[in-house]
Amino acid sequence: MASTDSTAEHSAPGRVKAIAQSRAIWPLLALALILIVAGFISPNFYEIRIVEGRLFGNLIDILYRAVPTALVALGMAVVIGTRGIDLSVGSIIAIVGAVIVWRIKMGDPHVTILFTALAAGILCGMWNGFLVAALGIQPIIATLILMVSGRGIGMLINLLYGGTDPSFESAFLQGLSTGSIWLIPTRLVLAAGIFLALWLLIRRTALGLFVESVGGNAAASNLAGVNARVIVFVAYVLCGLLSAWAGIIMTADTHTSDPVSVALYIELDAILAVVIGGGSLAGGRIYLGMTVIGALVIQALTTATLISGLPPEYNLIIKALVVLSVLFLQSANARNAIRGLVSRKPS
Amino acid sequence: MNASAGPAARVEMHAIGKSFPGVRALSGVDLTLYPGEIHALLGENGAGKSTLIKILTGALDRDAGEIRLDGEPVDFRSTGEAQTSGISTVYQEVNLIPAMSVTKNLALGPSDGAFGIISWRKARAAARQKLARLNLDIDIEQPVGTFSVAVQQLVAIAHALDDDTSVLVLDEPTASLDAQETATLFSILRDLKSRGMAIVFITHFLDQVYEISDRISVLRNGGLVGTGLASDISRQELISMMIGRELGEVEATFAHKASEEKGTEKLVARGIGRKRTLEPFDLTLHAGEVVGLAGLLGSGRTELTKLVLGAIRADSGTLEVGGKDVGRNTPRQSLESGIAFCPEDRKAEGLVGDLSIRENIMLSMQAKNGWLRRVPRKQQERLASEMIDALAIATPDAEKPVRQLSGGNQQKVVLARALASKPEILLLDEPTRGIDVGAHAEIIMLIRRLCEDGMALLVASSELDEIVAASDRVAVMRDRRKIGEIAGEDIKRDNIIRMIAGEDGGQH
Repeated sequence: MASTDSTAEHSAPGRVKAIAQSRAIWPLLALALILIVAGFISPNFYEIRIVEGRLFGNLIDILYRAVPTALVALGMAVVIGTRGIDLSVGSIIAIVGAVIVWRIKMGDPHVTILFTALAAGILCGMWNGFLVAALGIQPIIATLILMVSGRGIGMLINLLYGGTDPSFESAFLQGLSTGSIWLIPTRLVLAAGIFLALWLLIRRTALGLFVESVGGNAAASNLAGVNARVIVFVAYVLCGLLSAWAGIIMTADTHTSDPVSVALYIELDAILAVVIGGGSLAGGRIYLGMTVIGALVIQALTTATLISGLPPEYNLIIKALVVLSVLFLQSANARNAIRGLVSRKPS
Repeated sequence: MNASAGPAARVEMHAIGKSFPGVRALSGVDLTLYPGEIHALLGENGAGKSTLIKILTGALDRDAGEIRLDGEPVDFRSTGEAQTSGISTVYQEVNLIPAMSVTKNLALGPSDGAFGIISWRKARAAARQKLARLNLDIDIEQPVGTFSVAVQQLVAIAHALDDDTSVLVLDEPTASLDAQETATLFSILRDLKSRGMAIVFITHFLDQVYEISDRISVLRNGGLVGTGLASDISRQELISMMIGRELGEVEATFAHKASEEKGTEKLVARGIGRKRTLEPFDLTLHAGEVVGLAGLLGSGRTELTKLVLGAIRADSGTLEVGGKDVGRNTPRQSLESGIAFCPEDRKAEGLVGDLSIRENIMLSMQAKNGWLRRVPRKQQERLASEMIDALAIATPDAEKPVRQLSGGNQQKVVLARALASKPEILLLDEPTRGIDVGAHAEIIMLIRRLCEDGMALLVASSELDEIVAASDRVAVMRDRRKIGEIAGEDIKRDNIIRMIAGEDGGQH
């Protein structure tokens, strides 16, 4: 997992020091701490059982529920790497949900439904990419357009094709939601496959280097021969595609299309996951593995709060506090200040 | 020079020094301003003009030296303090809010009213009074953005002027003005001068320097080259002060190639140009040849290289690379046809500061390879260490973020990136800007070595010695056009300076 980070690509002698100073250590510590605290609150927190040929338990549940956010966050990580942002991911999920219901009602085969849903996400990503890369609109404004209109588009699709009741029964989608492969929930296998594919695309082609160079300095990259516009466009398309996967899973979970409230605020969780994972909104770096850790931190926190019996209202505040402390520890200024305090005492 | 003759100096800056991390911006610079004079401050990019002005106006702290205002030592901590003492500045970019009316723009800044409350009646009266000082009669309720740039410039000057302003600094005020507008501005400057104001005028238009200024100071590489009466300095001397260091230690050490020794034509530009940017020009680069690009700041050196690269889109002409017509190329296509480029501004256009040295060196080569054919990590490391050795880049390892390097080493990384893409044509814009003497000589040697290996090079530089030392042929620029070429044994400082000055039967 750690090898996905470019910081971890250091030579062997520097590795120990690199880990000690690494920003990667704090999100991992935060995740560990949350899981330990949850273990104290609920003694059987770590218990994993096999029920109906599938693994069950809190740890599995955290992974299971984190999948949609993690998928969206991975797309967001690439977009943020270009010094962009995509606020429309929740709306893309809403559109994908409506498209799935529409195709089910039209009686399409499973494969067609799947590909239509993914194509809808790609199309949304192309729209965002067109606005940002071709027209040069600021990313936050450009994606705000689809963020605002996307849920309306979803409702319109429902209105035109979903009939009065946009819910459905589909064994295929049910399988995506609750099914399992060799005891492991299907969606985890799927998500791992998507992560691997994305990692290969970013780190085993030159796409990652180009995204990071464009995010770091678009003008310099252009003059060096990198086609910055194409790179930015591709980033938004990737984000649309990954959001579509999240949309398929979320729609399968709910058996319905609910454009108004599905995946509400998921863009904020995704951005948070990227930032907890060490990404900077100033662009220029992609940390895929740490972004997944970021998504797990957010989900672990939610699950732990629920188990603790605290009213769900506390969840948001606790989340804010944990995020704040992770970011505080990651900030170079804060760490230097702490180091200054610590080293002054002995001397 | 004439300190004893005229009235007492209003401003005396003495032995001013200023360093930024890794850069010595100013050292030992003197500048004296007298009431009732227009003082032109000249120098190429990076010579230290704006640093000196910022120190005068309190925007920057100085490291060394002293400033006296009317004989009293002063130490401004902010531009506000300087302004209160009568020193006002108008910057090149008009600092007005286009959507707000003239009145509102002029009312911005320190407010007289209690609790910052503005009386619009008073503000209008004040605005009229300020504009009257400049004999400017415009509708003050109109948004500033609806007026011409010249009027906006004048409004900005009006904004800067108070009753007690005694020193006015104008940073490139005529950069975006046409001849008529410039004339208007100048008549106002003469009027202000006759009322005893000391005016500092930064420009790179030599005609205007002679038209308006009484005295001239020239900065070069952070030092003062000289100060004198405009009437005492010939245009040729002035150009020599700006770009031509007295030769001595860096005498050209090779024989300029005679024209019959030229290699094959690598790049042929015919009538390439762009309206308002650069007049169409012809240029041919041969294999194994260095073509220097000489000219003053603003003459179009950078624009020419960027037009050849395709970073500025040409609206006329054709470009042939290696005998093939490449049409309207982009930097990306140029890279593929074997052109590499090192930009003038390392930080803004050259390097990706957060990426490592290795990644920066890789970038162009990888872009040429295409995104699918990633250069394997081992090969990247080998290439980076080869380049670090070949160009003597001082760094402990290739994984260091490139922004942590010194200026000279950063410049070498930009060069390494260009070279790693295995170009046949190399365009260098100011390859030695802001680097120390040692690295300077290394880069000139490198240019010659690449040339001997058969590469075609175009080197734009504000350092005339550099041009003379490195070039087989020199293209001379003036006023956004290429005015001619000098080849072989005729490549001498004086010939180039004469051509730039237009005393060689040029079109001007």
